[in-house]
Amino acid sequence: MAPTTLASRWRLGSVELLAATLIAVIVFRGPLVAAFDSPAARTWATIFVSIVVQALPFLVFGVLISAAIAVFVPASFFVRALPRRAALAVPVAGVAGVALPGCECGSVPIAGGLVRRGVAPAAALTFLLSAPAVNPVVLVATAVAFPGRPEMVAARFVASVLTATAVGWLWLRFGRTDWIRLPQRPDLSTMPKWTAFWLSVRHDAIHAGGFLVVGGLTAAFLNVTVPRRWLDALAEQPVLAVLALALLAVLLSICSEADAFVAASLSQFSLTARLAFLVVGPMIDVKLFAMQAGTFGRGFALRFAPLVFTTAVLISVVVGSVLLC
Amino acid sequence: MNREAQSIVLLLIGGALLRLTVFSDVYLRYVKPGLRWYLVAAGAVLVVAGAITLWRDLFGEERPHAGPKVAWLLLLPVLTIFLIGPPALGSYAVEKQGAAAVQQPRSDLPPLPGGDPVRLSVLDYVTRALWEDGASFRGRQVRLTGFVTVDDSGTAYLTRIVLSCCAADGRPLKVALAGVPPATLERDVWITVVGGYDPTRHTDPVSNETVPTIAVRTLTRIPPPPEPYDR
Repeated sequence: MAPTTLASRWRLGSVELLAATLIAVIVFRGPLVAAFDSPAARTWATIFVSIVVQALPFLVFGVLISAAIAVFVPASFFVRALPRRAALAVPVAGVAGVALPGCECGSVPIAGGLVRRGVAPAAALTFLLSAPAVNPVVLVATAVAFPGRPEMVAARFVASVLTATAVGWLWLRFGRTDWIRLPQRPDLSTMPKWTAFWLSVRHDAIHAGGFLVVGGLTAAFLNVTVPRRWLDALAEQPVLAVLALALLAVLLSICSEADAFVAASLSQFSLTARLAFLVVGPMIDVKLFAMQAGTFGRGFALRFAPLVFTTAVLISVVVGSVLLC
Repeated sequence: MNREAQSIVLLLIGGALLRLTVFSDVYLRYVKPGLRWYLVAAGAVLVVAGAITLWRDLFGEERPHAGPKVAWLLLLPVLTIFLIGPPALGSYAVEKQGAAAVQQPRSDLPPLPGGDPVRLSVLDYVTRALWEDGASFRGRQVRLTGFVTVDDSGTAYLTRIVLSCCAADGRPLKVALAGVPPATLERDVWITVVGGYDPTRHTDPVSNETVPTIAVRTLTRIPPPPEPYDR
């Protein structure tokens, strides 16, 4: 136990607060459960838990990779692996996203780990955007969801890599380094490697996990409240349809490995609108926004989200009109 | 939240994942069966990370440190899982969303499997009914399992939700029940029906998708199955 001095003994510590919370929840179990007795509240709770549960394996995978990058991969590796000029490193990072089978929840901590390791932020951000959208698992899922339409897979790949690269270059040209604020974490370099590894896992899991919960709460709320009729009214307007599905992708926060099936079921919308759904969703949604704000700072996330959204929608429209007609 | 409390939170959330997957089938209410072992692995990693770091904080040299406040939110899913144990999606979600569109099959469907009545998934029935006009059902009885939903006009449906990944992307599939007085069925009751193909088609009032029909011969109430979503 940490030595307690007279001064610290009277301060309420986190562990005491945690214990008090758990005891209070057990004592008030009855009223709490009764509050979830309506079908709407239960549906909300089901969707909230399922978003969090479904994302956790990918988040844990990303956190382990990020910890391994932080502890076992020397910084010099990335200096050698990526082109020295950041303008060239950006497209390389965009295509390198193919190598990471996972979804967007894992790529946020990984990109954070890359920036810590001295990778140019523009390249790390390009990787962050492209990895969840163009890896083999997601592309196969897209092919399965759109049978007989291989052009949908091609359009998704092309539009996602182009968007990620364009955002990377824009960030390189106009971004400022002080917008990115990584949360402080203990200095890992002086510790035994495995201790450092597990501390890094805890740090990243707590940060990314906490913001995953923020996103899950919001997405579940929107999922239960956005009425279906609004969508049908929008589907008939070609321009509004693209914006509507891009916005829906932001609000629903569906995992990139599943979004193709949802896009396929939105059959009243044009293919280009559905492409925008597939390109925007893995790059920016309410859950990702919360996680990016937690990993890179709020100032970063507030600038990055509109940049990504606009770029993704524009490129989807261009790629869609070329490949999906 | 300080570091010791962070480790305890990791133990709790890892424990919650293991509780859902190793010690029960409850995870099937939230995600696809295929995700089970990934969830077990993630739960185990979180428990190990929590235990190792907690051990180090309790018996190591370092003093506790302030950490992020957002960590407190991780208690929410843990408490929701243990206290409320949200049920699988049911009629409320379905009636809000309406029946989902069913993809045109890529090639001709294989003939029905053997058995009389033949047990089919709701997805299989809807696909064959809508895209083949029920050609493969000729003279056969089929058995479908799902829960009851009722629309505003009083038509009762056998409903099952298909997941791609998790309940947030669930798509409802509906089959109208012909020959059953709807007043006899309450929403969310699980039923197994045996019957034949009925060419009547309904239009879903919410999503405007086409919904096929089954002519019900027998209808049995059943307890909710452990795997609530369509395969």
